[in-house]
Amino acid sequence: MKDEITNILVCGIGGQGVMTATEILAEAAIAEGHDVKKTEVAGMAQRGGVVTSHLRFGKRVLSPQIAPGTVHVLLGFEAAEALRWSSYLRPDGLALVNDARLVPPVVELGLFKYPDDPIGEMRAGGIRTVAFDAATLARDLCDLRLGNTVMLGAIADHLPFSADVLLRCVEARFAHKSAEVVELNRQAFAAGRAAAQTATPATV
Amino acid sequence: MAAVMPAPASSRRLMSGNEAIARAVWEMGTRVAAAYPGTPSTEILEALSAYPDLHCEWSVNEKVSMEVALGASMMGARAFCAMKHVGLNVAADPLMTLTLTGVSGGMVIAVADDVGMASSQNEQDSRNYARFAHLPVLEPSDSQEAYEMTRHAFELSERHQAPVMLRVTARICHVKGVVQVGERIAHEPTGYVKDATRWVMVPAHARRRIPMMFERDAALRQVSEQSPLNVLEPGADRRVGFITSGPTYMHVREAFPDAPLLKLGMSHPWPLEKVRELAGRVDALVVVEEVDPVLETELKAAGFAVHGKDILPRIGELAPEILIPAVNRLLNNEPPPAPATPGPAVFPRPPTLCASCPHMGIYYTLSQLKNIIVAGDIGCYTLGAGHPWNALDSTICMGAAVTVAHGMDKGRGEADKNKKILAVIGDSTFMHMGMQGLLDMTYNRGNVTLLLLDNGTVGMTGGQNTPANGRDIRGNPAPRIDFRKLVEALGVKPERIREVDPYEMPTLFKVIREETRIDEVSVIIGYRPCVLTEDFKPMRSYYVDEEKCTGCGNCVEVGCPAIHVTRREKVVKPSGKEVELSFVRIDPIACTGCAMCLKPCAPDAILQPEQKRVVATLKPV
Repeated sequence: MKDEITNILVCGIGGQGVMTATEILAEAAIAEGHDVKKTEVAGMAQRGGVVTSHLRFGKRVLSPQIAPGTVHVLLGFEAAEALRWSSYLRPDGLALVNDARLVPPVVELGLFKYPDDPIGEMRAGGIRTVAFDAATLARDLCDLRLGNTVMLGAIADHLPFSADVLLRCVEARFAHKSAEVVELNRQAFAAGRAAAQTATPATV
Repeated sequence: MAAVMPAPASSRRLMSGNEAIARAVWEMGTRVAAAYPGTPSTEILEALSAYPDLHCEWSVNEKVSMEVALGASMMGARAFCAMKHVGLNVAADPLMTLTLTGVSGGMVIAVADDVGMASSQNEQDSRNYARFAHLPVLEPSDSQEAYEMTRHAFELSERHQAPVMLRVTARICHVKGVVQVGERIAHEPTGYVKDATRWVMVPAHARRRIPMMFERDAALRQVSEQSPLNVLEPGADRRVGFITSGPTYMHVREAFPDAPLLKLGMSHPWPLEKVRELAGRVDALVVVEEVDPVLETELKAAGFAVHGKDILPRIGELAPEILIPAVNRLLNNEPPPAPATPGPAVFPRPPTLCASCPHMGIYYTLSQLKNIIVAGDIGCYTLGAGHPWNALDSTICMGAAVTVAHGMDKGRGEADKNKKILAVIGDSTFMHMGMQGLLDMTYNRGNVTLLLLDNGTVGMTGGQNTPANGRDIRGNPAPRIDFRKLVEALGVKPERIREVDPYEMPTLFKVIREETRIDEVSVIIGYRPCVLTEDFKPMRSYYVDEEKCTGCGNCVEVGCPAIHVTRREKVVKPSGKEVELSFVRIDPIACTGCAMCLKPCAPDAILQPEQKRVVATLKPV
């Protein structure tokens, strides 16, 4: 095990399952024997506000907070949110982004503008960005709630441990439900993995 | 809900600070645990209620929870209460006297400060209360320590018959880390011992207890000197030594791995000799503490030359990226760090009311009324102060809507004589601290229209049970409050109590107009369940008929997050005025069919696929 701490920042909006996804990632890191800390500020954020979840793991983790400019992988559940937090990435960091645009009431009211192309902006800023449509992948499997698992599939090949470790944690999460639910999540995980691999820029 | 089987000892689990505290409270054989929900402390009691063999309760407020815990402690039982920082203000009254009586069974008070104010009206530092009330304070730095220090706190409490404050912050409560847990130990209450000189705090008795409290302070100072919770960590880089406690310990250790450091797990009273030892080893001392310079002031009073708030911010969290440049500037011999690249400018995304949230109907209606002042309160419905409603004029603390509105009425002069004064309060906040205000107002012949928003839960903290929904903390049936009877008993005339469905905005508008025209106290009770609870039954979604939509944008003013603008168009009206039209669609997945957006839709362009209106079941009376 390397001494270095891995920093993963998961971002999205309240209600998308950001915290649950990060928790499954944390369980995988524990299964691999890492010390783990996971933090977010809950509270008003659950009402459609900005949610970020910081995950740090390694030999021994001290501060639970990730400093700006030190994120290895940014897992964005929403396009503009990924852009908002992109400055947290290291220069060699990777952004994996669901390209969904979730527009809040303050934008609908005409008070603010949603960026025309958040993912384009990230790429123009020199950020290695992999974008895919997690909602459609989930809908193809007939359940939008699988979007969360699609996102976990997308990050599975960008962790310092094998994708199977994470997959086993996803399966364990749904083990108390039917075999069918477990199978659907397995498919969603595979779909997310494939989407991230297909969309991964050649520079990787 | 049945109690879960607790995880076995020696398992290594990912636990939040709140879950770790709950585990330790249970393991210590605690008999009674009470709390009122409040971010970031809520999950302590939630987690604890899943364990068997102890009484857990959602109390109606923090003062109540602390007094319940004290009563249990008087029986020789181990007792626990938890609250957020502002909750301790409410519980300050019993606190200042129970520190004189002391406790019998171990009593731990967990106080969670919202440093950075994620979900609070202020950022007060609860450690000040520990000085005020002469309490020992333990401050964990992560989940494992939260678990261990909670156990330690019960032992300390019993040994010194002192209530112990376990002070945590959001960065402990909501951080998950790996925790090694233990077994539950049985603790039989030692029994009530009648002693009026101790438990009956009349002046003659209290006078005798005060010197005993000072003796306890002295004894606790000795404990702190020897405490294994106060650790002097050596370090090779002696230019700066740090004194710190709680979550900032982790930040300091991360930022300055080679610096000598005194970690105060027991931060009040603090160990004088250990500070002296550190001071003798380093060139400069820096106190790293979030919010107030509490330790810093005391260290300076004790004659130590320390840095603290002269180089560090007085508000918010002290993460490594804040500490490093501040200390580097102090050392003055390192180049200033490169300025952090500002993140891209992205629109703000404030929290909003949910689709079908009954509060939307209330605030849309209030936003349509002119010449009103609306005193607000604490809860999800505080969001009514934001866009598009801008419907609140004040938010102070739990229950203040009622009393501030009453004071506005009594204090108004000529300038405001024609204004209608209203107050808005939620069901749980009303039971917490609003009821007394209503009684005050009826007794003193007030003239306020109070909107009591009953959504059958404590919404903002995640949907906890309350007397309003007739379920206890474990989800078992419990007596349910009848708000009509309650407000009538508090002196409101029966004909001034109106019950209105918040989804029916035109009716609500009419009733508010009627009640505000009458110069006496009125209460309008609006019941609809919170959409995040099991009591809410989603209805079929609506869609916008594009042919019919005229782009008036009225529906957008309802503030529903399921309504999206598809296209904007500028047109010039016959009057010559230019207006922007907003054509909309409804997200069929987010829409849960409350039909509030239909009310202001002039062209009737919002439809259900089969035009069949499904009416939600109203609360059974």
